Amino acid sequence: MEAVAFWVLAVAAVGTGVAVFVVDSMARATFALLASFLCAGGELLLVGLRYLGVLVVLMMIMEMLVMAVFMVMYMMNPAGLMPMSMTHNRRGALAVAGGAFAALAAGILLVPWPERRGRPPRDPTVALGDAVMGSSMLVMMVIGVAILATMIATVVLATHRGRYDA
Amino acid sequence: MVEVLVLGALAVAAATLSGTLAGRPAAAPFREAARLLTLQRRRTVRADVLLTRIGVVSLPMAAALAALVVPFGGRVALSTSVGVVWFNAMEVVAWASVWLVGWGVNSAYALVGGYRFVAQGLAYELPHMFALITASLAAHSLDLRVIGGAQHGLWYAVWMPVAFAVYLVSTLAMTFWGPFGHPLGADLAGGAALELSGPDLLVFLAGRYGLLAVSAGVAVPLFLGGGAGPLLPGWSWSLVKTCAVLSLLVWTRHRLPVLRMDRFMTAAWTVLIPATLLQMLVVGIVVV
Amino acid sequence: MTLETFLLLAAALFCVGLYGALSQQSIVMLMMGIELMVNGVVVAAAGFWHWVSPGSADGQVLVLVAITVMALEMAMGFAVVTALFRARDVDMTDDAGDLRG
Repeated sequence: MEAVAFWVLAVAAVGTGVAVFVVDSMARATFALLASFLCAGGELLLVGLRYLGVLVVLMMIMEMLVMAVFMVMYMMNPAGLMPMSMTHNRRGALAVAGGAFAALAAGILLVPWPERRGRPPRDPTVALGDAVMGSSMLVMMVIGVAILATMIATVVLATHRGRYDA
Repeated sequence: MVEVLVLGALAVAAATLSGTLAGRPAAAPFREAARLLTLQRRRTVRADVLLTRIGVVSLPMAAALAALVVPFGGRVALSTSVGVVWFNAMEVVAWASVWLVGWGVNSAYALVGGYRFVAQGLAYELPHMFALITASLAAHSLDLRVIGGAQHGLWYAVWMPVAFAVYLVSTLAMTFWGPFGHPLGADLAGGAALELSGPDLLVFLAGRYGLLAVSAGVAVPLFLGGGAGPLLPGWSWSLVKTCAVLSLLVWTRHRLPVLRMDRFMTAAWTVLIPATLLQMLVVGIVVV
Repeated sequence: MTLETFLLLAAALFCVGLYGALSQQSIVMLMMGIELMVNGVVVAAAGFWHWVSPGSADGQVLVLVAITVMALEMAMGFAVVTALFRARDVDMTDDAGDLRG
């Protein structure tokens, strides 16, 4: 049952991921990407990461809606009503991506992965909270500063006046 | 699964109550539903049918999925430790639904309605999340049943009134109901739902009532003590409180003026977010 | 469902994203490719957490970091596109080539 769910979600995740770069309509591309994220969130739920799985679903829906707004705003052909290609160096990109996948797959299958150490805690969410507020607090503090910096930088970049005007 | 069905029945009741408050006979929603079911679909030129259908269907589906974690007393359809996050994730689907419906039909007014809702979403979502987090913070849990059970005698609505008020406001905004009905506003001849017709419109509006009912149901464990109450069993108290919240939400329609989403955006970011943050700080200090 | 299949899924997502990031001209589409790559990282981190060291929360923290990185990357990307679009009405990487320092 779990295995079936895993494979269905995996195929759907990769399939919709490919669809992002195949479909003409930008709205469809955005929502194909969203579908891919939702499938990945489902995979997280399958391995027992309840909080993170649902968090991926929550975050990605919001992110992709914001993305859709920008897509429609900036693309020349948002609805895909005039088929056109917006790619460069396709063959090279395909070769690089295919090569990377072959290398990664070989690594994944050949590397002797370590044995499983420890057992999942009864509530992974509690463990995550403890880690974020304890051993990994530095990581979260750095992220907090990064978020603040991003907020300031994006506002500076996106405001009409730009950096140097009064 | 009984809980989900009860919430579905409450959604129908909300539609009836809304009609009654507007002076229509109680059977009006059923007649309207029958009319919509037999109505032929209207087609628009070069519509993105797939995306429109996804938008229409996802709204009631999200409401039903969110209903899975709503507890009635101690009973819940799907017991999970992350009920609050699950509810939040499902109600965000409304963003996608409304935008997709507005985009897919290839009509200018509908698209404007869709964009209005995304803007409204950016305004209400953060205060909404902070209100949810405040209640979970006080109860040390993301499980709606635990939160409901943690309010011994003193409801969270009493000692975190700001969070409760923000929750109610953001619920109205989330379901584009009453004062936040701008995305489906009459000034846009129906906004995002403008080109929907027949069964599509029925399913879409049913999803909106479903979301309204589910949000009222979640308010009970979050802020109103869950199933706590004298004499009656837990589930019936939950039901009574849910009905009360739902009636309040439905009542606001036609009673309050419609708020433009850019004004609401300003208010949300300058008043609601600082207010909820302060509320969370107070709760954090009291709890820790 | 084993660690290997989970990592293969992650690798596939990563490489689809890599293809997109390399081949798309529009900055917005390019960012979608990067998001797919980070998505692969999320899946891989979850796999490592579950099959290698479920006792420690490091894998979970990595997932959380990756999700945050996605949001930040998107915010920055859109700010840059907005600035670029304001200045010269383009949203294509090829048209911004002269910005290289």
